[in-house]
Amino acid sequence: MNNSEPKIVAFCCNWCSYAGADLAGTSRMQYPANLRIIRVMCSGRVNPVFVLKALRVGADGVLVLGCHPGDCHYLTGNYRTRRRLSITMKFMEYMGIEPERIQVSWCSASEGSRFAEVVTEVTADLKRISPNRLFND
Amino acid sequence: MEDEKRIGVYICHCGLNIAGTVDVEELAQYAAALPNVVVSRDYRYLCSDPGQDLLKNDIKELGLNRVVVASCSPRMHEHTFRKACQAAGLNPYLYEHANIREHCSWVHADKEQATQKAKDLLRAAVQRVHYHEPLEVREVPVNPNTLVVGAGIAGIEAALKIANGGHKVYLVEKEASIGGHMIQLDTTFPTLDCSECIMTPKMSEVGHHPNIELLAYSEVEEVSGSVGNFKVKVRKKARYVDEDKCIGCGICEQKCPWKVPSEFEVGLGKRGAVYIPFAQAIPNIATIDKDHCVYIQSEGKKCGACIKFCDAGAIDFEQRDQIVELEAGAIILATGYDVFDPSQIPQYGYRKYDNVITALEFERMTCASGPTSGTIRLKDGKTPRSAAIIHCVGSRDKNYCEYCSRICCMYALKHAHHLKEKTNADVYGLYIDMRCTGDGYEEFYKRVSEEGVIFIKGKVANVTDRAITEEEKGKLVVIAEDTLLGKMMRIPVDMVILCPAMIPRSDATDVARKFSITQKATGFFLERHAKLEPQATAVDGIFIAGCCQFPKDIPDSVSHGRAAAAAALELIDKGSVTTEAAISCVDETLCHGCGICEEICEFQAPRVVLKDGKRVSTVNEALCKGCGVCAVACPSGAMSIKHFTRDEIATMIEALTAVENG
Ligand code: FES
Repeated sequence: MNNSEPKIVAFCCNWCSYAGADLAGTSRMQYPANLRIIRVMCSGRVNPVFVLKALRVGADGVLVLGCHPGDCHYLTGNYRTRRRLSITMKFMEYMGIEPERIQVSWCSASEGSRFAEVVTEVTADLKRISPNRLFND
Repeated sequence: MEDEKRIGVYICHCGLNIAGTVDVEELAQYAAALPNVVVSRDYRYLCSDPGQDLLKNDIKELGLNRVVVASCSPRMHEHTFRKACQAAGLNPYLYEHANIREHCSWVHADKEQATQKAKDLLRAAVQRVHYHEPLEVREVPVNPNTLVVGAGIAGIEAALKIANGGHKVYLVEKEASIGGHMIQLDTTFPTLDCSECIMTPKMSEVGHHPNIELLAYSEVEEVSGSVGNFKVKVRKKARYVDEDKCIGCGICEQKCPWKVPSEFEVGLGKRGAVYIPFAQAIPNIATIDKDHCVYIQSEGKKCGACIKFCDAGAIDFEQRDQIVELEAGAIILATGYDVFDPSQIPQYGYRKYDNVITALEFERMTCASGPTSGTIRLKDGKTPRSAAIIHCVGSRDKNYCEYCSRICCMYALKHAHHLKEKTNADVYGLYIDMRCTGDGYEEFYKRVSEEGVIFIKGKVANVTDRAITEEEKGKLVVIAEDTLLGKMMRIPVDMVILCPAMIPRSDATDVARKFSITQKATGFFLERHAKLEPQATAVDGIFIAGCCQFPKDIPDSVSHGRAAAAAALELIDKGSVTTEAAISCVDETLCHGCGICEEICEFQAPRVVLKDGKRVSTVNEALCKGCGVCAVACPSGAMSIKHFTRDEIATMIEALTAVENG
């Protein structure tokens, strides 16, 4: 099976990044069709376990998008996400998983073009590395 | 799990917006085969009445207990379809939404890829809806007071409309007087009526209104709560003047030996260290500027002239900032704009040449109540014989502000008219495009052209005092390309008026964060919907009015202020709001009462209490906002977020990563 098209799961917070993704759509910006978004109210809802789960069940990469630091609708949710996921990422690296597979970024409701750029970059990153087989054991 | 799931799936074509890129029939067939899907339909416009009826009827006739709609963004229509479910007797939380327009058909051109993605998104939604539980929303009463922040024309209009409607308004203004930019203007385009004359009656109405509590020289410090019930802390800055005793006579200012540039006169005039910003100030109370007051700076050792001369005994150096706590059901932000500092474009010579001034400075100069009593004059006191007005200073410029500030063309024309009228100078208007789009605006342009103002279409390269001809000696030379003639022009003039961009307030980011609203890329506040909800923000109960959203002229600011007032009144008159139902909840059998949730929550929602001798966490439903931070932090898995449970998210992850076998 041709697996050169990476599967990417994204978690977007309702207030900024999901709205940014909506704006990318409203503005008809084109980006690769590899990403599937799960909407959460805040990036702070993203349990690192969800990220690991996505990689385990077949995602090639996970993108977590929140509001810019300082802009979280719930004040500090994105700071928590950043901390939680940077630890997760270190741990994953230690386990031999490419760091590109977990990416955290920020995008505001008015940054449709930024959303499209981030998705394009993350997709390119994941195309560069081989498909995720780590959990295929 | 309870009884058998009966799911209805509805796919919207959205005309060709979705159907043009996603094979909607194939999608409907695909959904029909998913487990527990009883009916799967596609329809041209699901959000229309017949579209909604489709799912309402199916709920009743087919006994659906779960509904999934695949259409535009849930931020657009989730609410619509939840309401439709409710109308048909289904709990609105048994509904799930798949975004196949903004996140799919509009961003992908390849039909096969888009259809595949739509299938994945729809499958995830169908899988998730299995886990949805009916949730009950609670109705809580709305506090009938409104907080309006900023008392320029937009804020004043909003405050007056609400107050006239019989409801209480707290109007907070950070400056010593209300009035905003409008009270600084001389005349208003295109009718040329005197700005003060139309503004001051409104200001005094605000000052006397029984339903308006004015908190001038005050700033919002902290906001908590949510729609219907906000709690706000306002810092009332010390004026060092007793508001009840001061009669606004102004003797203190006359006697104050320390003079500093007046903010109101944009540096063209001076004020005392104790001052009333302008004659019609509301409230008409003196304020001591502590940074310039010698008495305060010398800790009471020097000066004290104002104390001596104030007959009312109003000067009070013991006064301190006060924190006022208030409650409001709705908030309107009308915080206005700042003016771009043209010295950022050094080639225009602002602050380098005396007779290069900004439009606002010119405004004060032509105003009869201004520092020159309305006389247009050069720094040396002479009347200008020629003047150039440069449009788009910082606006429509990639290096500064890409957007058009919308009002500059029109006030530039107004200034050109006043220059002609009062000095008969030669006037040149240098513009990129002339944008006169309002009622009577184009006609005004024509009128000013006929008055003999010379318009040159071209962006000014620079302003210099280096003369190369006899004629240019002692003048400012404006160098620009006349793009219609295709030739470089050197225009020697006595005075240059710059029309700077309108920019977001320097503290817009702080304000946005305080109120948890969002800014646009430009820094202005983001509206909920650019077309349909220009007065709302993403946060329920917080509205925006005037130039804090984007540059506007006075009529637009007035309309926007009134629109925000209508939105606040709608909320107040409704009288109640529903609280968020998707909030956290504790499984007490799993909870160890460790208190991590209590520590991590920004809103003090969870509290550890003793229940039957066991420490457990409980969630205060009125405080929880449903962000989910606590659920992630909980080490025992006791804390969970309704509607965004572990199972719901896990099943979506599985659905979105599953390998299709066919
Ligand atoms: S709401 Fe966007 S990160 Fe918290």
